Amino acid sequence: MDASLDQKSRTGWQHDLYDLLRRHDITQFAYVPDAGHSILIDRSIADPGVHSIPLTTEEEGVALIAGADLGGARAVLLMQSSGVGNCINMLSLIKGARFPFLTLVSMRGDFGEGNPWQFPMGQATQPVLEAMGVICVRIEQPQDVIPAAGAALTMAFKSGQAVAVLLSQRLIGAKPF
Amino acid sequence: MPPASVTSRLAAAAAPGFVLERSEAVPALIGRHQDFLFIAGLGGTACDVGAVTGDGAHVYSLGGAMGAACMMGLGLALARPDKRVLVVTGDGELLMNLGALAAIAVIDPPNLAILCVDNGHYGETGWQKSHTSLGVDLEKIAIGSGIKRTHTVAVDADVAAGARLLREGNGTAFVLLRVKPTEPAEFKRNFDASLLRDRFRAALQSR
Repeated sequence: MDASLDQKSRTGWQHDLYDLLRRHDITQFAYVPDAGHSILIDRSIADPGVHSIPLTTEEEGVALIAGADLGGARAVLLMQSSGVGNCINMLSLIKGARFPFLTLVSMRGDFGEGNPWQFPMGQATQPVLEAMGVICVRIEQPQDVIPAAGAALTMAFKSGQAVAVLLSQRLIGAKPF
Repeated sequence: MPPASVTSRLAAAAAPGFVLERSEAVPALIGRHQDFLFIAGLGGTACDVGAVTGDGAHVYSLGGAMGAACMMGLGLALARPDKRVLVVTGDGELLMNLGALAAIAVIDPPNLAILCVDNGHYGETGWQKSHTSLGVDLEKIAIGSGIKRTHTVAVDADVAAGARLLREGNGTAFVLLRVKPTEPAEFKRNFDASLLRDRFRAALQSR
């Protein structure tokens, strides 16, 4: 298989996902850097129509999303599954006030993971989110990304729910180290 | 044995330099409250801002989620560049998420200001000393985080400059207000986080 074609098929959905988020009026992209989100992060930095906000810890993004909503704007939090653990108490704000909430989580400690340190939080990610009232939509295949993200956007911003889209390592590729 | 509330108040001895009365200094720094949208930290600052604004719909007060106030202010300031956003929070709430100062500094929205009411104590939990009574200087942390417009208000003569900084629009401002460890303003606050959200959004849309 042609290497560049393979690269495009593996990352093409990330460009489509960015365009989808923009069509849904997301104007604040908060992130802790992660290879799985690198295209979304780079697109947001290059986009004069949005604010791209690097965080020092993921819980800051939870609070930022709530503040954006108070002002009538839509924000998204891009993080790795390990960052979900840093958000737990801050999600009280989302659940208690019923703020719409959307996060895209790139998974570690999951399908094919080669770093044992990633397993405790990776395996706890979905139970922890669900315990705090966040609905999880898990994606395994590239063709499911756009339909699932579209569903999550509707659930968050039309129905006011808290939703996490979990991008599995089957989708984004496992790190072998 | 005196009741616990009395013993805890007795324990709250001010560290040197914490001399201002919050009941006077906070309203003086805020001035005309209608000029701001507020995020108030949990505990004392929620009562301070509630009293100053008369339970205004332009205030969102935290009752938990400690460490959220500054980043909520950033999200709100970016969403509404046409309004001035003032975060009023305490030393304990700010200490829980110091990274927020770095996250805010790199964005530096000109319509955001942070007023930290620093009494050197955790007033809600029994007046234990906070780190600011023990040598930590939050203005220096703000400066080191990259916030360019900062000021410490420790005596009456500093108030005017602090109030000006909160209203200047050249970049994010940080004002540290050092006060005695005394009770915040008398104010019966609403703890319904969802009601406060709806009320804030509705009032902002109609302004």
